[in-house]
Amino acid sequence: MTVATLRNSVLDLATASLRDVNRTLHLAEAGSFEVMHPNGAHALACGLDAPLDVTVRGHVGYYCGGMNKAASITVDGNAGTGLAENIMSGTVRVTGDASQSAGASGHGGLVVIEGDASARCGISMKGVDIVVGGSVGHMSAFMAQAGSLVVLGDAGDALGDSIYEARLYVRGTVASLGADCVEKPMRDEHLAALRVLLDRAGYAGVDPAAFRRYGSARRLYHFKVDNVGAY
Amino acid sequence: MSQPPKIPRTLPRKSATFDDHTLAEIRRAAATGIYDIRGAGAKRRLPHFDDLLFLGASISRYPLEGYREACRTDVILGDRYASKPIHLKIPITIAGMSFGSLSAQAKEALGRGASAMGTSTTTGDGGMTDEERRHSTQLVYQYLPSRYGMNPDDLRRADAIEVVVGQGAKPGGGGMLLGQKISARVAAMRSLPEGIDQRSACRHPDWTGPDDLEIKIRELREITNWEKPIYVKVGASRPYYDTALAVKSGADVVVLDGMQGGTAATQEVFIEHVGIPILAAIRPAVAALQELDMHRKVQLVVSGGIRNGADVAKCLALGADAVSIGTAALVAIGDNDPRWEAEYNALGTTAGAYDDWHEGTDPAGITTQDPALAARLDPVEAGRRLANYLAVLTLECQTIARANGKSDVRNLEPEDLVALTVEAAAMAKVPLAGTDWIPGVSGR
Repeated sequence: MTVATLRNSVLDLATASLRDVNRTLHLAEAGSFEVMHPNGAHALACGLDAPLDVTVRGHVGYYCGGMNKAASITVDGNAGTGLAENIMSGTVRVTGDASQSAGASGHGGLVVIEGDASARCGISMKGVDIVVGGSVGHMSAFMAQAGSLVVLGDAGDALGDSIYEARLYVRGTVASLGADCVEKPMRDEHLAALRVLLDRAGYAGVDPAAFRRYGSARRLYHFKVDNVGAY
Repeated sequence: MSQPPKIPRTLPRKSATFDDHTLAEIRRAAATGIYDIRGAGAKRRLPHFDDLLFLGASISRYPLEGYREACRTDVILGDRYASKPIHLKIPITIAGMSFGSLSAQAKEALGRGASAMGTSTTTGDGGMTDEERRHSTQLVYQYLPSRYGMNPDDLRRADAIEVVVGQGAKPGGGGMLLGQKISARVAAMRSLPEGIDQRSACRHPDWTGPDDLEIKIRELREITNWEKPIYVKVGASRPYYDTALAVKSGADVVVLDGMQGGTAATQEVFIEHVGIPILAAIRPAVAALQELDMHRKVQLVVSGGIRNGADVAKCLALGADAVSIGTAALVAIGDNDPRWEAEYNALGTTAGAYDDWHEGTDPAGITTQDPALAARLDPVEAGRRLANYLAVLTLECQTIARANGKSDVRNLEPEDLVALTVEAAAMAKVPLAGTDWIPGVSGR
């Protein structure tokens, strides 16, 4: 199969293997693809490395869009654990809900979850921007290093535990903040940055002023015996 | 007047329980309120390979001629699923050590030495540098809980991938890199602010347990087109079950690291009190492989306190396919060298005992990010020393293998070994020397 024939294809997991579908997507340099009958397949459309436009019609399992670079992936359904884990660039969007560890350790790009995200959303994030239309579960943004997590709904317990320099914006309630995570003032620069993020995620009608910002108190950046009780 | 008879005095006696080291630790803890952090592996005496002996040839076994009859040393790692397995010329690899904990010069030296001998090196917690890729003909890329510097490009340019579940010095613990070593380059690679005390995660962010691991391995294979061998590294704690679960999860290679295995920085209490010696871990891991009919199909690489060719040979005889060295490789390139004794003394220690690797003040220029100190290490010359050392390990291992009549070092077997202590006999499951007694096996 040549690259030319790989453009603008419909890939059907009812008849093709996961390996064949992923190989096809890896070989393509551009174009649009529609993946049918995913039926919760794991590791679907992971490791993409080109500006493809991929739409998955149905629910996916673990690690869909993992380590994505440049591609734009839309899951028209729900996603399992580790959606877009370690994403480098591009966009991964889910129209439904996402299971735990969505966007884990992502270095760049944009992850949009239109429904709810489960526990540990944005865990260990390193530069990715994550926008959740619904709510996020407990321990979200755990050890988050860089990037932004935007939650239009509520956040569960221990939000931002052991956070480094990531920025967290929550419109609804926060059940509790984790170690070293504090509320911070929303200055103009944050309102502007949040405006850009919301627009990129398709939430142009949402007002940034309705959000509160959270980040690191930076009290735990150095080992001090006085801070032992905080761990 | 006669003097009254002298009464014999009781000599001052120090407690074996509260020895000088223990007393000093109590005083240090009382003064600081924080635990001790250091590098390296377990330092206390443990059952180890010195407690085993090879029997050599006898009337029932005949030897091979040294220097004349061939004794193979090469090994293939990762041919269970990977389309491009690793082919090593010697069964000795270089363990994972990060740029960050080590200087760029040290990483280059490790790459040069290993490549000269046809074996692999391994990245560490902090990502892959261009220098180590360039100087390592075969490079294993560690996939760690922190995911510092993790990116698919490095994944694809690696020769193998090692999913790190744990390491021998701290099974269940995450890494530490204190602020002194978080230079601008290290900080950028790890997406962290410069100069902070960095605490690596101890759990992977997106999987827990063997069922998840199986899916994670499948993802890594999909991303790398099923070309790269996937290793799973565990600290020695429950080697039978961990090996079986790694095999179940789809690993090509299991890496088993005993508690003598070094770390860049961890709590002393963790290093000395969590995990088990490598001597105790190999046979349970091999038993798991054999019961699954996977021995030699999923390769076993073991590490933790390997110092010489006899240690290598003993690991292979117990069923390992290869070994991995870290601390010994650092010593070979210059770590703890007596030439820096005056500077070690100034740091309050002595050559051979220096283990404050996390402080970044290594006089040998190895465990540091200080440009002036790092410049002390000539990577070309240090690489040559490592190659020499690896050559000696290999020759020693071959010498022992030939003496036991083996034309391939991996033909060494437990029947070639006896133990000097009851503990070693029980752990290695070989007879106590001069007896046919294997504690826990012979039924006596």
